[in-house]
Amino acid sequence: MIFRGRALKYGDNIDTDVIIPARYLNTTDPKELAEHCMEDLDADFREKVKEKDILVVGDNFGCGSSREHAPIAIKASGVKCIVAKSFARIFYRNAINIGLPILELPDAIDEINEGDEIEVDFESGIVKNITSGKSYKTFPYPPLIQEIINKGGLIEFAKEKLRKGGNL
Amino acid sequence: MGMTITEKILAAHANKKEVFPGELIFVKLDFILANDITGPLAIKEFEKIGVDKVFDNERIALIPDHSTPNKDIKSALQSKILRDFAKKYNIKFYYEVGRVGIEHALLPEEGLTLPGDCIIGADSHTCTYGALGAFSTGVGSTDLAYAMATGEIWLKVPESLKFVYYGKLSQWVTGKDIILFTIGEIGVDGARYKAMEFSGEVIKNLPMADRLTICNMAIEAGAKNGIIEPDDITINYVKERAKREYKLYYSDKDANYKEIYEWDVSRLEPVIAFPHLPSNVKKISEISKDIYIDQVYIGSCTNGRIEDLRLAAKILKGHKVHPDVRLIITPATPKTYMQALKEGLIEIFLEAGASITPPSCGPCLGGHLGVLAEGEKAVATTNRNFVGRMGHPKSEVYLANPAVAAASAILGRIGAPWEVEVKK
Ligand code: SF4
Repeated sequence: MIFRGRALKYGDNIDTDVIIPARYLNTTDPKELAEHCMEDLDADFREKVKEKDILVVGDNFGCGSSREHAPIAIKASGVKCIVAKSFARIFYRNAINIGLPILELPDAIDEINEGDEIEVDFESGIVKNITSGKSYKTFPYPPLIQEIINKGGLIEFAKEKLRKGGNL
Repeated sequence: MGMTITEKILAAHANKKEVFPGELIFVKLDFILANDITGPLAIKEFEKIGVDKVFDNERIALIPDHSTPNKDIKSALQSKILRDFAKKYNIKFYYEVGRVGIEHALLPEEGLTLPGDCIIGADSHTCTYGALGAFSTGVGSTDLAYAMATGEIWLKVPESLKFVYYGKLSQWVTGKDIILFTIGEIGVDGARYKAMEFSGEVIKNLPMADRLTICNMAIEAGAKNGIIEPDDITINYVKERAKREYKLYYSDKDANYKEIYEWDVSRLEPVIAFPHLPSNVKKISEISKDIYIDQVYIGSCTNGRIEDLRLAAKILKGHKVHPDVRLIITPATPKTYMQALKEGLIEIFLEAGASITPPSCGPCLGGHLGVLAEGEKAVATTNRNFVGRMGHPKSEVYLANPAVAAASAILGRIGAPWEVEVKK
């Protein structure tokens, strides 16, 4: 999986309440959720994301509430993938489980500017900043997580296990 | 090498002799739960898997506590999805309005979350049950769907951090202050991916209600789980309630901790977490006396138990809520409500001029029953003060213990319990 796009940057401790506020949690429809994604943090998010579709963020992204509506809203907004200094753990699981590709890159985030063109290779764990010409290597995923991602999420992983006649 | 209580519980549920931090394992689950926000999404995903039954209909709780009693048509549809699913799959622990309480207050009270359990819930504050000596962690809806089908989940074994508290707590200092102080020290990601094990003489002397408050907020430091080794207080709490067998686990003397924090908390005073992070903690004696407030909220899975209401009532008795303030109180469960009624607490609240809501998450997440307007400030006994958490993105939430919240309601500004006369 290789993604190429422009960086949209936000800071540390972006919580799931601000990604999708509770007042919109009376639906599970991805399109409806996407309409309000990040609006309390950045009223122009929906416009910006059309041009810049790789989120590049700070520490502890997705902290707080476990609402899976948060990664769903981000994915449905058209974000291709997220690169962060670090993710909060429930958000990390949720993103992997719903097939939203994410990568931790602790040391390089500060060297990526908003609007830079970047390329993220999930197999090799290499992130290239095409604008600055620098490239960075991070740890690839452990095999189990790689398998879940390759299947397109936990539900497909479960279905395949069932198809193969295995016990879930 | 010895193991921590967290590692031991995980090893036992993974059917292994030992586990190591960083290892990815599948664990068998004793109990799982979802609410009216995360449940419908979990049900949608569950149905895609294509199994015709849940792994065990007596080990799943579906708890419509967030937007109920239904706040609007859309949320009514969400809780209907939960209700219909519960009927279709004969889910034993579905709680209808009138019997429902806030999930993390309700399940321990009902004896459904027990020492030694391995529990997941589609709600971040599922870490609350660690107070009983269980491994318990919050997950998302897809994880829950997978768990409903299989009774299992994938987990990374967390490293453990040990927190040791010495000394004796002063009056008006509660479990809430201990955990806020701790988050203030280590930060909102100070325990990210890790287990927080709370221990020491202070914890040993704390009642279960305070322990539940402490473990409830482990997630606010980014932790996977909070946990307290079981003792007599634990056993006394669970023995009349337990609906299943349970098992006690303890950390080995030579267990491995990533870090050990030790604090003497004898001189700790009530603390307040200022907007917009739970780690933004200040001592009550050091804050200015002109932070005027519009609302005080006493409730939630953090501080909506009977002990919290007793503490609030002690302060509020014989006083009136400040004319500029709305005081909203939510007993966390129907049993708590009934107990508060019997003890005369509800009368004290009503006489003071408070509004009592049915058990619900309501204002805690800015859902209903007390949403904040633009520019308003609230003191809340809840666990999060993020931007927009209780309403308008330009409102502010200050987190505090119930005694501080009650005193502030009387004073009309953030104030200390000792500024208010305690009447007999
Ligand atoms: S009371 Fe608040 S924190 Fe607790 S479960 Fe409800 S919404 Fe979440």
